[in-house]
Amino acid sequence: MSTRTIQGQKNLQDIRQASKDGIGGSPLRPDGTLKVKGEFAYSSDMWHEDMLWGMALRSPHPRANILSVDISEALKLPGVYAVLTHDDIPGSKFYGLEIQDQPALAIDKVRYHGEAIAIVAADHPETARRAVKKIKVEYEVLTPIVTEEQCLNPEVYGYVHEPHEFKSHGYGNICHSQKLVHGGGVTDEIRALADVIVKSDYEVGMQDQAFLGPESGLAVPAEDGGIDLYVATQWLHVDRQQMAPVLGLPEEKVRLTLAGVGGAFGGREDLSMQIHASLLAQRTGKPVKIVYARDESFFGHVHRHPAKMTYEHGVTRDGKLVFADARIVLDGGAYASASPAVVGNAASLGHGPYNIPNVRMEAIALYSNNPSCGAMRGFGAVQAAFAYESQMDKLAAELGMDPVELRQLNAMSEGDSMPTGQVIDSPAPVAELLQRVKDMPLPPPLDLENVDVRTLPGALSNTSHGEGIVRGIGYSVGIKNVGFSEGFDDYSTARVRLEVIGGEPVAMVHTAMAEVGQGGVTVHAQIARTELGVEQVTIHPANTEVGSAGSTSASRQTYMTGGAVKLAAEAVKQAVIEKGRRRYGWTQNDLTLAGGKVVSESQGALIPLVDLLGDEAVDLTREHHHRPTVPFDKETGQGFGHVQYTFCANRAVVDVDVELGLVKVVELTAAQDVGKALNPLSVIGQIQGGCTQALGLAVMEEIIVRDGKVRNASFTDYLIPTILDTPPIPVDILELPDPNAPYGLRGVGEAPTVSATPCIVAAIRQATGKALNRIPVRPEHITGTL
Amino acid sequence: MRVTFTANGKPVEADDVWEGESLLYVLRERVGLPGSKNACEQGECGSCTVYLDGTPVCSCLVAAGQVQGREVRTVEGLTDENGELGLVQQAFIDAGAVQCGFCTPGLLVQTDALLDNDAQPSDTDIREALSGNLCRCTGYEKIMDAVRLASARKCAKAASE
Ligand code: FES
Ligand code: FES
Repeated sequence: MSTRTIQGQKNLQDIRQASKDGIGGSPLRPDGTLKVKGEFAYSSDMWHEDMLWGMALRSPHPRANILSVDISEALKLPGVYAVLTHDDIPGSKFYGLEIQDQPALAIDKVRYHGEAIAIVAADHPETARRAVKKIKVEYEVLTPIVTEEQCLNPEVYGYVHEPHEFKSHGYGNICHSQKLVHGGGVTDEIRALADVIVKSDYEVGMQDQAFLGPESGLAVPAEDGGIDLYVATQWLHVDRQQMAPVLGLPEEKVRLTLAGVGGAFGGREDLSMQIHASLLAQRTGKPVKIVYARDESFFGHVHRHPAKMTYEHGVTRDGKLVFADARIVLDGGAYASASPAVVGNAASLGHGPYNIPNVRMEAIALYSNNPSCGAMRGFGAVQAAFAYESQMDKLAAELGMDPVELRQLNAMSEGDSMPTGQVIDSPAPVAELLQRVKDMPLPPPLDLENVDVRTLPGALSNTSHGEGIVRGIGYSVGIKNVGFSEGFDDYSTARVRLEVIGGEPVAMVHTAMAEVGQGGVTVHAQIARTELGVEQVTIHPANTEVGSAGSTSASRQTYMTGGAVKLAAEAVKQAVIEKGRRRYGWTQNDLTLAGGKVVSESQGALIPLVDLLGDEAVDLTREHHHRPTVPFDKETGQGFGHVQYTFCANRAVVDVDVELGLVKVVELTAAQDVGKALNPLSVIGQIQGGCTQALGLAVMEEIIVRDGKVRNASFTDYLIPTILDTPPIPVDILELPDPNAPYGLRGVGEAPTVSATPCIVAAIRQATGKALNRIPVRPEHITGTL
Repeated sequence: MRVTFTANGKPVEADDVWEGESLLYVLRERVGLPGSKNACEQGECGSCTVYLDGTPVCSCLVAAGQVQGREVRTVEGLTDENGELGLVQQAFIDAGAVQCGFCTPGLLVQTDALLDNDAQPSDTDIREALSGNLCRCTGYEKIMDAVRLASARKCAKAASE
């Protein structure tokens, strides 16, 4: 077993020293220097001579019929070049990731607060803003369908979409549903086998990705009648696939290039400004730039599904789980986005990394007049983890057992089955990860005599001097799938070129992978160096000139595009060796590339690559597909649905001011199995970032929606953790290779966001004794003044 | 209106500036300095932080007209004339504190100002000083590392001089 402990900053020095620039090292980011100089071109930095600014008019109502739209006053404003409504769309009026249910511009009705109705192009953003204000829309305002009760009774409250539309997946206002039954299911006889039964309702609020770089891009009309779009996205090819039919263009005339991306976290999986900027560029014949303001960003992308969940667990006196029963209701909002896949994840991962002989589950996503929800880090696994981990703590309390011990007693490991019947055929060190966080040293106890008050809950606001502070500790573990599931042919493409430039062998890696900050570009260079034995690697800008890389989501890019780079580089290596064999008649079968040469492992260097290649480049493209999966059976949820699983465990230490209801997380520890850390520095950065988003969901982050209206679309009112809210996050990395994955690696980015939220809440519970069945936990939940 | 000021030591002027434009807009869209970032334009995230007459400010909250005749230093100005990275910039790269990097320009300016005031801040001082700069990617741990690293290098440099 190969394991390695890398604890936060302490070992930074060691990582550097061990660093080679191949895999397993931590070379610096190729884009780092540009980024610290302020020269890296993010999508909002795009500029073109003569360019116009685009802006959208958005609905103030969550549900209304549009009686009329009058654009005449807006068009009269000097500096306005175009005002478009759905009437002006040349092609199909609808798009969508899985279900084409979303109009590019509203047609006759609006279904959520912030839906785009018309778009404007003008010579200055302020002119565009004024023009938007001059568009007159007459509405017939309708009562929005926003609660589960309203959604599930469409005969009484109405339909979000007409009953005959988009019903391949669901019915009524249900967008998608998935059931699951495992073992004997949950019957009276099975219930009777349990000594202790715990049942509770849980609720998760609507979280936002809140990436810092606003949605933005520049659409440039091309001479061939096509569009060149420079944009921040997670998946260039799927954007193009959705855009082309709306623009009335063949796909090859819609060319996308990735512009610098300021974070994504799922929020850029759906289209935002892509179609709008392109329509305006088509109409005006001029380049059009759209940059969302922060409030527009909150309206312009999908969020994490808020959830209402009921969980029931039965356990024997000695702590063995007997059954688990759950119902998860996800509010998908007005349009489907990724809801069907989120439901699949919620159902199949919703009982956690535990062996439970008898299981039942139903997960549904609703259509409502709330904001649309779709992909966000942890995708469908986050909501359930809060519920099942809360249940584990409750069961442990009922049994008088240590909560970590209870989890370990029921933890799944390699060879066990998921509730879907899928056997886990690679390491699943759930109990070990829990042990690792438990064994890490605790921070020193709170010493109120000598404390710097700035470190207490409430921090700088100097609200107390520690009178009401209680410390708590909580634990959790979570499971997340890697890659796209349920039969999706998930693949990625890479082109690798090896040539001599300036007297040195240089590899070039070209993919369409969206680098959103995660560090994929660093890893691609490491893979090319490792496989080709060269120092110099350049990364070609990501665009649609090469085949699809799939999405930068589902923790899949290092696995999928990294895998494609590996395949392409290996093919280049073989081609180079073949060339040498043909020319020099080598017969050894231990040839490889290293140190810029062709080498025989037994005989040493044969020839420098520079001499073998001369002026001839070797340039090859390969696709990487992961092993096939199948859709879950609709009624039983059975099937080999996921490619790979990933696990993370956490421990949280919190100080809670029980009088003021304020929480300060003192330390948040993580232990995760990453299979193989291709770049340990990046891996740690991903885990720490993922934990921090989980902390946000636990104690502060929520889009407040009342009667379908968003109340806090700003960074003033939607709070994300600052550096003061975020504690030290020591990370312990385990490397147990997955035999099915390239280099044995395991996706990293999402698992900590799944697992870290429940452990913070567990710690607050331990400190306060409150039930805390809803997140984010607010001060009034702690003080009981709700 | 016309606005003239110095940006990173060089005189700049912008014409036809509309009275509601922010310093951030003028820097990014009119004088070719897009390094300062536009993440909220409401003074909440710190991505647009620049020095104005030596004091870090959110440039999205400064009206363009207010900088007439004054000195602005942006992230682009942290690099020296030869294009050599400043000490804080290098530390952010070395510590892995840059992921998407959108928060980075603002954090660099704020960190530069912090270390100018106090070359050896405590962890709590660092957290207090950077609490107006949001980062959504890193979890801040690597940013803490970067500031500590910059501080150590700055002190070592001062000692050797
Ligand atoms: S853009 Fe100025 S503080 Fe956010
Ligand atoms: S690195 Fe992305 S916001 Fe800080």
